Amino acid sequence: MDFDFSDEQKMLQETVTRFVADTYDFQKREHALKTELGWSREAYASLAELGLLALPFAEEDGGFGGGGVEMMIVMEALGRGLMVEPFFATVVLAGGVLRHGASSRQRQAILPGLCAGERILALAHGERGLSRHVLAARTTATPKEGGWVLDGSKIAVIHGQSADTLIVSATTDRGLSLFLVDARADGVSVEGARGYDGVPVATIGLSNVVVDTDTLIGAEGDGAAILERAFEEAVAALVAEAVGAMAETFDLTIDYLKTRQQFGAAIGSFQALQHRAVDMLMQLELSRSMAILAALSLEIDEEQRSRNISAAKAQIGKSGRIIGQEAVQLHGAIGITAEYKVGHAFKRLTAIDALLGDRAWHLARLVEMRGLYASV
Amino acid sequence: MNLEFTAEELAFRDEVRRFLEHELPDDLRRKMINREHLGKADVVRWQRILNARGWAVPHWPVEYGGQPWTPTQRYIFQEEMALAHAPEGSPFNVNMIGPVLCRFGTPAQKDRFLAATANIDIWWCQGFSEPGAGSDLASLKATAVRDGDHYLLNGQKIWTTQAQHADWMFGLFRTDGSGKKQQGITFLLVDMTTPGITVRPIETIDGGHDANEVFFDDVRVPLDNVVGEEGRGWDVAKHLLGSERSGIARIGLSKERLSQLRDLERRLSEDGTLAEDEQRRLAQALAEVEVELRALELTQLRVVAADAHGGGANAAASILKVKGTEMQQRMTELVLELAGPAGLAMPPHDHPENDPDQGWIGAAAPFYFTMRKVSIFGGSNEIQKNIIAKTLLGL
Repeated sequence: MDFDFSDEQKMLQETVTRFVADTYDFQKREHALKTELGWSREAYASLAELGLLALPFAEEDGGFGGGGVEMMIVMEALGRGLMVEPFFATVVLAGGVLRHGASSRQRQAILPGLCAGERILALAHGERGLSRHVLAARTTATPKEGGWVLDGSKIAVIHGQSADTLIVSATTDRGLSLFLVDARADGVSVEGARGYDGVPVATIGLSNVVVDTDTLIGAEGDGAAILERAFEEAVAALVAEAVGAMAETFDLTIDYLKTRQQFGAAIGSFQALQHRAVDMLMQLELSRSMAILAALSLEIDEEQRSRNISAAKAQIGKSGRIIGQEAVQLHGAIGITAEYKVGHAFKRLTAIDALLGDRAWHLARLVEMRGLYASV
Repeated sequence: MNLEFTAEELAFRDEVRRFLEHELPDDLRRKMINREHLGKADVVRWQRILNARGWAVPHWPVEYGGQPWTPTQRYIFQEEMALAHAPEGSPFNVNMIGPVLCRFGTPAQKDRFLAATANIDIWWCQGFSEPGAGSDLASLKATAVRDGDHYLLNGQKIWTTQAQHADWMFGLFRTDGSGKKQQGITFLLVDMTTPGITVRPIETIDGGHDANEVFFDDVRVPLDNVVGEEGRGWDVAKHLLGSERSGIARIGLSKERLSQLRDLERRLSEDGTLAEDEQRRLAQALAEVEVELRALELTQLRVVAADAHGGGANAAASILKVKGTEMQQRMTELVLELAGPAGLAMPPHDHPENDPDQGWIGAAAPFYFTMRKVSIFGGSNEIQKNIIAKTLLGL
């Protein structure tokens, strides 16, 4: 049993934490949000320069072979900064699909650009009218000579409007399948919006979109299995990001309690507020423990892995809500003003719960798997 | 980073398991499973079995009968004890006065008390709280006034757990009322057979009798029975209350109770007691509890790992008592809900149900009621939060 980072992991943590603290303050983020793109290409290029975009990919693919703990370190730091750049969309989500499903030719074609920060990918999976976070699609892929024809519509595609390449899930005769689609191909329509957490999302229409045979990721019908694996890693990453956002929220709140004066005293001297601050601390520590569990579960046997991942997501769904709400309450009116960071952290935590299965969804999954503790 | 025990730790766990399998008497195990009240004789008997193996007080310094275990080994031992339904030793002996005497006792006090405390030849009770001094413990008023080579004790203690069994009390008494209220408190060892001591039972809402009032009327205690220095008893008490953090969340107990709940879920679903919608609700509630318990367990393990590096104050450690007691109480709520109206009939306190399949029903309500105390004693959860806010958050 060992909860310490290795020397390399400590260096990674120092690097990425310093990068976020030094170059991605709240004003920079605000400025990026106001641009037409909605995020900072400069900041994303810096992530590439630091090698972070290559982090989870295998060394033979030009990556660094980072595992769950390395990803946890990076996501926690990005979570502290509430970074809206497409790291999660491209490296974690789409990158996870590529690592678990793509052929070596596909990886060779895509990963160099991805790792250099020049190519943005987005996963287009969710659809209106399907239950949340289900491994199914009404979008269809119909075989034709030399390729496939895709038809359907996707919602809440994270960074879909910035993507050069989309990974689209579609149903064939053999089940859910995944395809690489050029975002500028004929028949692809993109309608961008801004997520309440600041992260761009898009609705994507696919009308008679023709793709080649070699755009299929994995085998026909492999889509659900590939997505499930990629989603579990992505959930672990989101849990770590949530811990970063919670830690930042908590620190800001404690600072505020120490400085804000009312009734002639720092409001942190009032017991009612002290106890709420301690409640926040408890949720933060419980979440941190579950982020570690999730990060260390990515390589264990499938059944317990799924349990642990779902438990972690359920925990941060609850903790994120408590910490976000309490932070806003303890700040008072300043907590609900858009020019202050805490409200934005609250919104990101809210979005993280909604993504890839919320607390209720993951608890239901645990029930289905007969609980978290396999042995009792 | 990894969550696995080492090969040596696994071997140790197996050794503990084997010991418990062979040495824990069946009747004690059954009483624990059925949440029956354990008498003094039960606790003493088990403590002596442990002591014969050298495991009665493993967390004490080795020279006083402890084991040279790592924090991880201690954690494994506690968890295996709980999972095997082994009784906990008297906390007053094992976790409170023992470690205090190891740290502050004179050589004569150590000789006289430590071995007897480990073996429960002496049964200790704790005289801290008073009618006017609960959370505000330092405002205590019971006095110890010098009279030659003795103190004369006068005043009252309350909520004194198992004072009716106790041979000795360790308690806090005021020897000086002139300064700050934390000053002038002295930590004393009191022979409960001394003339002038009266013990009165307090019946509690679970129908049990564990708590007492203890009255002191010119009770003579030798000056040699001071632990630490006269007037410095507050430091000794703080050490006592703050020393036990590795077991404070009692994760093992909560895991054992969770496994009981899983067992009940299976049985009551199969025999038709639980309708389908009730089964669904219970499954959901258990999943929620499991998630939080796992999070707490890992937090505990982070503290254990930090202790192996030398410990120190940290955020994870501070939440263990509050969250741990909340978990323990949540388990009792779920069992109570399962018992339903059948759980209304309280069994006589010392004459439990004999049917092992039904024993849990009668025990559910008393257990639920009695476990309300865990968030009150040893510094209520609100006091814990005050301490965390002050010492850790700097508020």
